[in-house]
Amino acid sequence: MEISLRINGSAETLEVQPQVSLLDALRDQLGLTGTKKGCDQGACGACTVLSDGARITSCLALAVQYEGHEITTIEGVDHPLQEALVRADGLQCGYCTPGQICSAIGMLAEHKEGMASAVTEDDEVDELDEEEIRERMSGNLCRCGAYNGIVEAIKEVAG
Amino acid sequence: MPFSYLSAPDVETALRAVADDEDTKLLGGGTNLVDLMREGIERPAKVVDITRLPLGEIKNLPDGGVRVGALVRNSRLAADHLVRTRYPVLTQAVLHGASAQLRNMATVGGNLLQRTRCLYFYDGAAACGKREPGSGCDAIGGFSRNSAILGTSEHCIAAHPSDMAVALAMLDAVVEVRSVRGTRRVPIAELHRLPGDTPHVETTLATDELITAVELPAVPVAANSRYRKVRDRASYAFALVSVAAALGVEDGTVTAARLALGGVGTKPWRATEAERVLLGEPATDEGFLRAADAELAAAATTPHNHFKVELARRTIVATLRRLVPDGRDEESTI
Repeated sequence: MEISLRINGSAETLEVQPQVSLLDALRDQLGLTGTKKGCDQGACGACTVLSDGARITSCLALAVQYEGHEITTIEGVDHPLQEALVRADGLQCGYCTPGQICSAIGMLAEHKEGMASAVTEDDEVDELDEEEIRERMSGNLCRCGAYNGIVEAIKEVAG
Repeated sequence: MPFSYLSAPDVETALRAVADDEDTKLLGGGTNLVDLMREGIERPAKVVDITRLPLGEIKNLPDGGVRVGALVRNSRLAADHLVRTRYPVLTQAVLHGASAQLRNMATVGGNLLQRTRCLYFYDGAAACGKREPGSGCDAIGGFSRNSAILGTSEHCIAAHPSDMAVALAMLDAVVEVRSVRGTRRVPIAELHRLPGDTPHVETTLATDELITAVELPAVPVAANSRYRKVRDRASYAFALVSVAAALGVEDGTVTAARLALGGVGTKPWRATEAERVLLGEPATDEGFLRAADAELAAAATTPHNHFKVELARRTIVATLRRLVPDGRDEESTI
């Protein structure tokens, strides 16, 4: 099937089979290899991209379903969090980092919109403290265990 | 594995596509179906994408209830103002499920129809009567820490994985279903089936039916409701035990009680026995424990998941205690 996707602000036309994930289309057909394949089953968050500003796991997204949506990958990101992560040692091998960054950008927007999390008490959405950040970012695993740095960097740009 | 794909422009097209061919599957957010197709567990010849159908609205109902379109994303359901104020238990249940990314993709209808996360269901080398009808159940006698203790049969002990559905069961939600034959309304208690000797038949829906909406009735006591989930890690894991509860208390006596359990049932488990015991009794830990024991008397456990009985008792008591006006959140007195 021929589909048109909007990726990082530009229109892309590509030929895909229906079973091709958005992740594989990005990496294999468009050469956007910043988005990583970890588990390929929605469990690790390494493939996180933004669809119309909302974070999704691109491994469970069929490319054909995302025609007409604005997709943002790490290649289209220019955000203070990137520098903050370097300063806070928020990565070691870096494999989960693009997903962490896209996820955090989506998360900050959700918080700004007043969306609660599982640890928000009495539905009162307050500032992003460490507990809130850890809960809201739990869909992104880091096998190097750089969580402390990741939380610190997010806290810095959220504050 | 290859399949053909159709993006349905309207409900009628989607309904005709599933009516014409049993090997056609409806695709919503994809968080479960895409994974199961990749694992070779679901093998549809054709996939009909329903995400462009106009079923994404949340509406206030004149009787004080709320109507939720089947394609509302889980994150939008949790964030909705009406849901947050009238049914806090539902917002909390949704937020305790999956990850933020998955909640942004998953739909309400898809969440209701998600399949079990039993390890043996996913393991193609294992016997599983859900995956291969009549092949038995390797979870029985196997690693069954995550398996159910209520509603099980000798053919299947798989736990239902949904958090959202536990809150919906507690709220007596009604599921609106359409097919080319018409529209019908299914009370949530009648949507999921116990495994019995046909564990592969998980719901009372026909293969050509589409969930179009979920209606939440007015449940005044739900304004005082909570969802509590216990799991192996603090976030992003399926429930070992979860409790959805709403409680009305006057002068120290329970005047209204609703309770449902997750992680322990083969379907979202409405705890009607416990509700019966609670009503009219003092709102105390002792009363809550009697109610828990009444519900759990029917539990059938394995050596691996026997702990869920005690865990469920304690979680039920702890959840109800928080719903008592000026309730304590401290160590149990029992």
